[in-house]
Amino acid sequence: MAKVKGSIVVNIERCKGCGVCLVSCPTGTIEMANEVNGKGYNFAYPAHPELCIGCANCAIVCPDGVITVYKTKI
Amino acid sequence: MKEITGIKEIIKPENLAYRKSNILTDEIMHYCPGCGHSTAHRILAEIIEEEGIQQDTIGVSPVGCSVFLYNYLDIDWQEAAHGRAPALATAIKRLMPEKYVFTYQGDGDLAAIGTAETIHACNRGENFLIIFINNGIYGMTGGQMAPTTLSGMKSSTSPYGRDVKTMGNPLKMTDIVATLPGTYYVTRQSVHTPSNVKKTKRAMRKAFQYQKLDKGTCFIEIVSNCPSGWKMTPVQSNKWMEENMFPFYPLGDLKAPEEPPVQQPKSE
Amino acid sequence: MEKELRLMKGNEAVAEAAIRAGADGYFGYPITPQSEIIEYLMEANPYTTTGMVVLQAESEVAAINMVYGGAGCGKKVMTSSSSPGISLKQEGITYIAGAELPCLIVNVVRGGPGLGTIQPAQSDYFQAVKGGGHGDYHLIVLAPASVQEMADFVDLGFELAFKYRNPVMMLSDGAIGQMMEKVWLSPPKERSKTVPAWATTGKPPTRKRNIITSLELDPDRQEIFNKKLVAKYNEIREKEVRFEEFQCEDAEYLLVAYGTSARVCQKSVELARAQGIKAGLLRPITLFPFPSKQLNKLADKVKLMLAVEMSAGQMVEDVLLSVNGKVPVHYYGRMGGMIPTPDEVVENLKERIIGG
Repeated sequence: MAKVKGSIVVNIERCKGCGVCLVSCPTGTIEMANEVNGKGYNFAYPAHPELCIGCANCAIVCPDGVITVYKTKI
Repeated sequence: MKEITGIKEIIKPENLAYRKSNILTDEIMHYCPGCGHSTAHRILAEIIEEEGIQQDTIGVSPVGCSVFLYNYLDIDWQEAAHGRAPALATAIKRLMPEKYVFTYQGDGDLAAIGTAETIHACNRGENFLIIFINNGIYGMTGGQMAPTTLSGMKSSTSPYGRDVKTMGNPLKMTDIVATLPGTYYVTRQSVHTPSNVKKTKRAMRKAFQYQKLDKGTCFIEIVSNCPSGWKMTPVQSNKWMEENMFPFYPLGDLKAPEEPPVQQPKSE
Repeated sequence: MEKELRLMKGNEAVAEAAIRAGADGYFGYPITPQSEIIEYLMEANPYTTTGMVVLQAESEVAAINMVYGGAGCGKKVMTSSSSPGISLKQEGITYIAGAELPCLIVNVVRGGPGLGTIQPAQSDYFQAVKGGGHGDYHLIVLAPASVQEMADFVDLGFELAFKYRNPVMMLSDGAIGQMMEKVWLSPPKERSKTVPAWATTGKPPTRKRNIITSLELDPDRQEIFNKKLVAKYNEIREKEVRFEEFQCEDAEYLLVAYGTSARVCQKSVELARAQGIKAGLLRPITLFPFPSKQLNKLADKVKLMLAVEMSAGQMVEDVLLSVNGKVPVHYYGRMGGMIPTPDEVVENLKERIIGG
């Protein structure tokens, strides 16, 4: 059976660091950064990209729509 | 515009699984981090795009945190006075019945000053959609008590908790309008988890399609959070909402028609 | 097509004129002494002939907001009420002015303040002409003095409303609204198919989205907008003044009155002349813009002016401002729904002449 792998693109300048994507991610791909963006928010980012399965939970729940999701079968 | 990406090889146009709607403008939404308004706007934009109705939709925006809604979705808008959106929408829909018309209102707008307009539009069965964002507080003006604030809940005008004896009970507008024969589809949803977002999208899609049936008012309450007003982090506020708001404002359909929508829902 | 002659009440004439003017919608609420307007429209049922929407709203507040929504779509929409109901509409009216929307609001004035009386009055002049709602704006105010004018001012009102993107008020009173007179009704106009560029009709790819709003949080931009409104009102003052003069060519004493008071004063002029007093009448037809220039001109010829109103004295202030101290300006009026008689006015004029 083909495995599905995903890759997210996070617009970190528009991220407000709400953290809702992190708790929605089933694989632990996302973490909140220690650094801040231009607005002072600790933005979300794919800390463990290899774990991403492209389910798009993060993007679906993101209030500001800062995440774009790609996925493919390996 | 800085981005952080995952595995770069996967990022190709043919692999696109999700992007935000092009009905959303480039303006950064002014809402607090984690606010349900942003999510609701986002999925409203997605539905308008997916249903292909940008050219035929007129929205009526409220007074409240979402007063600048018209800056975020690229459709024609009318800004209503506080609470009056259903009156504006009544005229718009009656004068242009072939268009898609909706109001987007908060708890003060819809359930305090706008109570009469809400109930009477629903009672006349006006053929538009009312989207009701209920977070039990007045966000824009600094966190005062709303008609939907829970008993015992603290706010800046109920600092010791809402006392129902002197301040009245929280008002369940959705239940009230569901009893009116003029409403066709009445449901209560949320947007704080991916599965709830998907359910809300399904509800919105149905509601827009139902406008073609001319069967009455559709009413979608979105029970939502207010991290700033409730003085919690976004994740904490979603948990608090699940534990406190949902038992009083339970999610689900209060009134659902049996006929299916005109077109089958497109895949999400 | 020919005009049609009918015998009608003022209120009924407004309703019939609205249908013939090609109005797209009427949103109203019952209140004495103007409920005939919505009753006539409901019975005429123009939705089945012209497609005009007629809706009884749940309140005057809802009705004016329906007018806002319809006007935002570029449609010819109107409402009507009487004094207490017009007070309810003030929020909606200032929003309509702030969003620069066209519409017609008919006020069939009754005595106030508060619930007042159902008898006619002219005590809403300040509310109509000076504000009523908050902020710097003006209504164009048309004051009919006959059933004919109540009919004619519907089409004129819509024309001015769309020309300037501004709400227009027809300030009538309970006497004219209720009286029956002959009226020539214009042949029906088709409802317009033209869509103004600013209207919300659904955003096609060929234009930016239209937003109807009166909100602007940036003070620089809001001041620019306020100045734009000021310029608009100045243009209206230049171009849209309307008035009627009766025996003013050789008048030594000028009566100033509008609406029902003007009808009374017309008789008073005749009675005064019969007694050798050279009286004349200036009847403002537009209360905003007020015929200030004409009054100022007449102040060079006459010895005094007497403003006659069914109020405690409201329009008299604009007469005072217009003549700017050139001649004495007096006021005579009745209140509470009472209408002055022509004799009373002549007696008061004589007292003023003697009094100096």
